[in-house]
Amino acid sequence: MAMAAPLTLHLLLALLLGSSGPSRAEPERDSLREELVLTPLPSGDVSATFQFRTRWDSELQHEGVSHYRLFPKSLGQLISKYSVQELHLSLTQGFWRTRFWGQPFLQAPAGAELWVWFQDSVVDVDKSWKELSNILSGIFCASLNFIDSTNTVIPTASFKPLGLANGTNHHFLRYAVLPREVVCTENLTPWKKLLPCSSKAGLSVLLKAERLFHTSYHSQAVHIRPVCRDSHCTSISWELRQTLTVVFDAYTTGQGKKDWSLFRMFSRTITEACPLASQSHVYVDISKNSQDNVTLEVSPPPKSTYQAVVLGVRRTYAVYDLLNPATFSGSRSLNLQLRWKQQQDSGGHLVPFLHAQRYVSGYGLQTGELSTILHNTHPYRAFPVLLLEIVPWYLRLYIHTLTITTKGKENKPSYIHYQPAQDRLRPHLLEMLIQLPANSVTKVSIQFERALLKWTEYTPDPNHGFYVSPSVLSALVPNLVGTKPTNWEESPLFSTMFPISDSSSHFVRLYTEPLLVNLPTPDFSMPYNVICLTCTVVAVCYGSFYNLLTRTFHLEEPKRSRLVRWLANIIRRIRGVPPL
Amino acid sequence: MGLLLDSHRRRALARLLLRLNTPLCVVSYMAGVIWFLGLAFSPLTQNTYISENAMGSTMVEEQFEGGEHALSYARDFIAQRRKTGSLPVTWLERTMRSVGLEVYSQSFSRTLPFPDETHERYMVSGTNVYGILRAPRAASTESLVLIVPSSPGTLNAQAVGLLLSLATYFRSQIYWAKDIIFLVTEHDLLGTEAWLEAYHDVNITGMQSSPLRGRAGAIQAAVALELNSDVVTSLDVAVEGLNGQLPNLDLLNLFHAFCQKEALLCTLQGKLQHSDWASLGGSLHGLQTLMLMVLRQASGRPHGPHGLFLRYHVEAITLRGINSFRQYKYDMTSVGKTLEGMFRKLNNLLERLHQSYFFYLLPSLSRFVSIGLYMPAIGFLLFIPGLKALELWVKLNKVDFGPEDRSGLNHSPPQLIGQENRGVALTPLVAPVLISQATGLALYLLPVMGQHVAAQHFPVAEAEAVVLTLLAIYVAGLALPHSTHRVVSTSPRGPDSGWMALKLLALLYLALQLGCISLFNFSLGFLLAVTMVPAAALTQPSGPRLLYAVLLVLVSPGATLLGSLFLWRELQEAPLTLAEGWQLFLSALAQGVLDHHLYGALLFPLLALGLYPCWLLFWNVLFWK
Repeated sequence: MAMAAPLTLHLLLALLLGSSGPSRAEPERDSLREELVLTPLPSGDVSATFQFRTRWDSELQHEGVSHYRLFPKSLGQLISKYSVQELHLSLTQGFWRTRFWGQPFLQAPAGAELWVWFQDSVVDVDKSWKELSNILSGIFCASLNFIDSTNTVIPTASFKPLGLANGTNHHFLRYAVLPREVVCTENLTPWKKLLPCSSKAGLSVLLKAERLFHTSYHSQAVHIRPVCRDSHCTSISWELRQTLTVVFDAYTTGQGKKDWSLFRMFSRTITEACPLASQSHVYVDISKNSQDNVTLEVSPPPKSTYQAVVLGVRRTYAVYDLLNPATFSGSRSLNLQLRWKQQQDSGGHLVPFLHAQRYVSGYGLQTGELSTILHNTHPYRAFPVLLLEIVPWYLRLYIHTLTITTKGKENKPSYIHYQPAQDRLRPHLLEMLIQLPANSVTKVSIQFERALLKWTEYTPDPNHGFYVSPSVLSALVPNLVGTKPTNWEESPLFSTMFPISDSSSHFVRLYTEPLLVNLPTPDFSMPYNVICLTCTVVAVCYGSFYNLLTRTFHLEEPKRSRLVRWLANIIRRIRGVPPL
Repeated sequence: MGLLLDSHRRRALARLLLRLNTPLCVVSYMAGVIWFLGLAFSPLTQNTYISENAMGSTMVEEQFEGGEHALSYARDFIAQRRKTGSLPVTWLERTMRSVGLEVYSQSFSRTLPFPDETHERYMVSGTNVYGILRAPRAASTESLVLIVPSSPGTLNAQAVGLLLSLATYFRSQIYWAKDIIFLVTEHDLLGTEAWLEAYHDVNITGMQSSPLRGRAGAIQAAVALELNSDVVTSLDVAVEGLNGQLPNLDLLNLFHAFCQKEALLCTLQGKLQHSDWASLGGSLHGLQTLMLMVLRQASGRPHGPHGLFLRYHVEAITLRGINSFRQYKYDMTSVGKTLEGMFRKLNNLLERLHQSYFFYLLPSLSRFVSIGLYMPAIGFLLFIPGLKALELWVKLNKVDFGPEDRSGLNHSPPQLIGQENRGVALTPLVAPVLISQATGLALYLLPVMGQHVAAQHFPVAEAEAVVLTLLAIYVAGLALPHSTHRVVSTSPRGPDSGWMALKLLALLYLALQLGCISLFNFSLGFLLAVTMVPAAALTQPSGPRLLYAVLLVLVSPGATLLGSLFLWRELQEAPLTLAEGWQLFLSALAQGVLDHHLYGALLFPLLALGLYPCWLLFWNVLFWK
């Protein structure tokens, strides 16, 4: 006991000093920005996009970092251990309906998607990928451990690094989608735990599972990438972006009315910003207002507005700064409300320039056809689209049947990368660069044959069907309005996900719906087993019956050599049997 | 020596076979027919039960209350329909959109191969309207379909109203895991076919239609609804689909479960279930229902829009509201509740319906006969051509050494005797077979191809021309034996070997065809077997030839169709007079041909290219010289 007392004191002192010392000694090297964008969608639904960005001005890979403040340690260690250059993980439930909801800030495919760029110092990329996905599986409670060679591909062009990158040798890239993954609270909780304020303060208090999973679309993601520390870009910082997008169905929750409030959507209101955040903003899209008449009313009235060209369209946002005490001046909490002044018609909205649809055609269980329909609704500009298709090996693609038709004419892709599948080893990978003429519909179709699996390879519910992951479309879509370059670090988070290449177009990545394909399935039931058994018995019996009916028997005198007889007699004598 | 190689035993076996052949055939035929009639009785039928665990216990509490709403929609629909004169597409689109669905429409057009007099249509163009309810948090990989056909003859206005009302109600619920497609088709089956082909992006029947812009993944199940009155006394369910395909029995069980839960009167083939199943009266009632089902299944026609879904491996049934003179009537709310319950159960499905039977016969809604129990009936019948063929084979091979058998002294192997007179000579058979098949081909092709020529030269319309050409070629086939004989040279192998070989071939051909047919459409196979097999077995060019001829004509495929029509109406307790029967027969012929061209029904080609030529072979046997 006497020994223990000074020891505890020592520890206590060290802890106290340790926690206060470094933060005083040098400027804070990591910062947090949180942001919520509320967008009334053309269909009448409301989308809410949360973004939490933790920026850490530290060279994670080169220094033996042991002290973590805002940046989650679990992810930091992951980056340094596996030399990750960039990591993008998304878990999504539902499907973003681009045609009706408009272009998303960041879409994700249904299920789980993981793509990682490794540093060029990594020797065995596949091994690192396997281990990394297993660890992420543990961190996010998702079935990412099902990522193996049969669903991993190496896209050559579709997925470029989003952050700083020295080289883009695609051998250091791995990409996988698990369309079957179901996302639920168990995935949300670990995601929330990565937030510096967890779900205790700031915008994250709105993240209540029972409301978030009451939505039409739920997508949560983690993006880690290196970014420039300053405008000169002499050194790098690490950026962790946690995004969460939900779409509330205004129809079912609002009894047909399209008005909404924060409380009605999340059953919570905002009371304060996260104390650790350096910036905490709420944006409400009020672009519908800015045209000629006031169609919607936001309360409380915003202190300021923000205008920008987002996804090629000029938009106006009402801005609420949570760090500004005036925001909460009226009441203790901020309950944003939006009321439509006049009933808007849902038909006349602007359909996004690029949207796509995918389906399986044909009937029967032998062959089929995968068709992807790409729409370019831009009235006068053509643009190219990179189409990435990943098809599991058990759909055997007939690559010679690949047809791309636009307006009844064949459309030759300017770039094709095709990697055929290997049974039970790797999927088909098809990447194409297709030019979409203005105001056109392009159909990409390819026929396939359904393979008969080994009986142990069927899932426990084989008649449900097998999932085919969505196609990925990456395109530079022309803007309606030109943009002017803005300060990347100061513009809102929702506009800085993708690096802006030029002022006349913006980058869009879209995913089509996943497909459910039925494979020829044996009847895994009792009658099937009985038939198998009966056939075996019949086959065995048939042989003997046939033998009996057709075999002829002859009596033949055995002819033995003298030596054999002599030997046999010796044995017989030993046994005490009379000799032959 | 092995049993079969031993000439003694072989001869003994052959003799046994020859002696027992006729009694065996008779017994086998009786057994087949009795087995079939016994299918409605209790050891052969079982109670139905839901096999699919996901739909197991009835935990759904139906809350649909939109019956009145449905009727007001129906009234609006009728008014709009009267205003536009065709399907009120814009009104439907607007209404569905206001309900909160994703709405699309599809236009289609089809020129029929010849005018359809029953439905009075020739060049058809129409529009299908459908709205998709997107399930929250689902990626549109699976969907269910509620379909209402609306055509000028049968508006199904109440069904459209109920569809809209259900859509309103379903839209406000949050438990959907599968997208639901609410589809209103025009021109009943034509619209359905156009929509299905476009949904699956195939073109099987030459339908011209605009591509679909909205899809919702793999369709798991579909329910078609036909209602034409504000109240119903009972709901009739139709299961028989194209080419006799049936939906999974679980779907029917599901419907039956909700019938019982909502205390609705539900009928099958328009027949109520008998109260006391175990009594003789109950079983006979069951037999009547079963016979009706066999006749309907044998026709191979889709008995409702659901029938076309089955090709695409989508389980589907059609529900028809019946308004008769019964005392107790049900309103739209209880019908809606039944549908709500069914859809919520189907929504729970984890896999496609596959647990229960796909091949079954139904003596009533609550009882079924499984494939394992009804197949023996056709097995017994198909045993007969096999036996007869074996007999002919033995006879053909032993023509010359009958007396040696009796003496039993000659031990020399039979191969050495009468080598040149043994075996089946195939060359004389080529001509009759080829000519019969050619007649069948003409029967299949000429009526539709030559309709314009016929309509120009004779004072008939195209539709009549098709039917009359059909009949003319059919009857002309009867005169064939005279022409074939000119080609056939007399056989050197004895007087009888010619017809025996032909009959052997015909029997094998018949058995093969019937066997194949009964595998995918038991009813058709059985109907054809029960009529054709005895006549085929009896036919020979000696004995009472006139009697045989009459018998053969009576069992020819056309006559079977006519007989089936009479039987069908008799079982429905609406007997036909001869003139009516003939009219019905003519229209059935036209419908059969149309079904083949419009939906790909296989009955017409099967009869024209398969069974009719086969029957002509027997006809040739009968008139063999």
